[in-house]
Amino acid sequence: MQAGAKVSDPVKRSMLLTALYIAQEQYGYLSEEAINRVAERLGLSVTDVYSMASFYTLYRTQPTGRYVLQVCEGLSCHLVGGAERLVDYLRKKLRIEVGQTTKDGLFTLQTVQCLASCGTSPAIRVNDALYENMTTEKVDELLETLRGYHV
Amino acid sequence: MFEKILTRNFGLPRSEAIDVYMANGGYQALPRVLREYTTEQVIEIVTASGLRGRGGAGFPAGRKWSFMPKDPHVEKYVCVNTDEGEPGTFKDRELVEKDPHQIIEGVIIASYAVGAHRAFVYIRGEFFLGVKRWIKAIDDAYARGFLGKNILGSAFSLDLSVHRGAGAYICGEETALIESLEGKRGEPRKKPPYPAGVGLWGKPTLVHNVETLANIPHIINRGAEWYASIGMPKSTGPKIFCVSGHVRNRGVFELPLGVTLREIIYEHAGGMAFDKKLKAVIPGGASTPMLTPGQVDIRMDFESLEAAGTMLGTGAVIVMNEDTCMVDVARRLMRFFAHESCGRCVPCRIGTQRMWDILEHLEHGQGEPGDVERLEEIARGMRGLTFCPLGDAAANPILSGLKLFRDEYEYHVQHKRCAVAA
Repeated sequence: MQAGAKVSDPVKRSMLLTALYIAQEQYGYLSEEAINRVAERLGLSVTDVYSMASFYTLYRTQPTGRYVLQVCEGLSCHLVGGAERLVDYLRKKLRIEVGQTTKDGLFTLQTVQCLASCGTSPAIRVNDALYENMTTEKVDELLETLRGYHV
Repeated sequence: MFEKILTRNFGLPRSEAIDVYMANGGYQALPRVLREYTTEQVIEIVTASGLRGRGGAGFPAGRKWSFMPKDPHVEKYVCVNTDEGEPGTFKDRELVEKDPHQIIEGVIIASYAVGAHRAFVYIRGEFFLGVKRWIKAIDDAYARGFLGKNILGSAFSLDLSVHRGAGAYICGEETALIESLEGKRGEPRKKPPYPAGVGLWGKPTLVHNVETLANIPHIINRGAEWYASIGMPKSTGPKIFCVSGHVRNRGVFELPLGVTLREIIYEHAGGMAFDKKLKAVIPGGASTPMLTPGQVDIRMDFESLEAAGTMLGTGAVIVMNEDTCMVDVARRLMRFFAHESCGRCVPCRIGTQRMWDILEHLEHGQGEPGDVERLEEIARGMRGLTFCPLGDAAANPILSGLKLFRDEYEYHVQHKRCAVAA
């Protein structure tokens, strides 16, 4: 049992992963307020809920940009010249480091582990969509398209 | 040419739709099972087929089913493991996105056989299309009466729902998956007890990989004898191999177990890209020890690979050419394991991190004398001594890399750079 865990209803407890997704959707990220509300609704301690948010990588405890660019750094992406080259390209192009967000609040750059796109690598995940067989040209096109939605 | 079984519908338009599945022989095994077979008979058929788990461990499916308690008053569960995360593996994603009903039919038959009335799909949070495909497929299966109360007018009822993980490789391990379904951190449980005795919410639970379940309808339709005639005596049936890396045609190839690595690489995957020389192959996903070019005639089945000191794992074949730096490969893999270690036990949490640090130093020309020995010592110290198999999985690529390519590691220490990469 986690530190500070309360004895809770197992059915409510099993809703925790989903509840965190919903809270993240509503608040944009799992802010202190979001975590507190989830804990309150499910009858769990705040530390317990926070330990879940920090364990799973798809939960964000910091605000991010509108589009989170996740470059896969799995071996199969790496072997075909993906990961590091694309990350370097995006760092220069967006003038941010991995983990940072552009000033206009549009893009956050992240690296992720294997996305199961090994047959169509390199891959980049943007929010919930997957872009495969990526090249620097395709990255340019993608950024342009995404920016186009916010002119 | 090998007749495709699990991937036979992949090329059809709207292959994920229930009517396409049904027009191509789908949902014919289920009514037969409910009408003609007792639960024991279904378990017998699956046992006789020789089907073994496709998630990595290769445990005989029929035996796993027979471990579930027979008492009808005991509540039991079935979990469908779609938490595909082993680097190099992308077959489960394809199966769910392209033919989810094949898996659902397998889930219903397995649930009937073990007496479960509630089944749960656990899917990687990253698989957004997969989640959508699962939800749609389950809705359609309910609408046609394949799920829900009194399935096809029988006494058997089953509910199935989808649960999204949230990014953790370790949740592919069956007890970690169960913890996550319960709404907890995905930290593996101590085994025994195995999930067949004490699983989800303490109840007996059968956990299967989606590829394993996809085989079930075909075994029922065409018989255990037919299934057992495919592949090798102890490794029966078709297997979906995922080929990535330096080959001409990357992708999934469904072939009988026991096919040679040579046939996979040079026939199905079209050979080495740019006609480069083959240097090494990871045969079954990131955690399986590597093979060398001299071993390409090996048969890809559970026994042959085990005899060669490696594993079939998930059947994820990662091919590397002569320009590949093996220290760089190890570094990339260790970054993965260090990131995915759940942090519960010390040898894995600290060991993966330390090995990654050393490999980063080596790769960036900062290696020092003694680094190679330290790497080996940590990897040896982890093997068999961590709480769950993730520790072994992380130690394997290092130990096999050092066994086969030690000179490359030493070169990095002495010359502060790679021997191969320009």
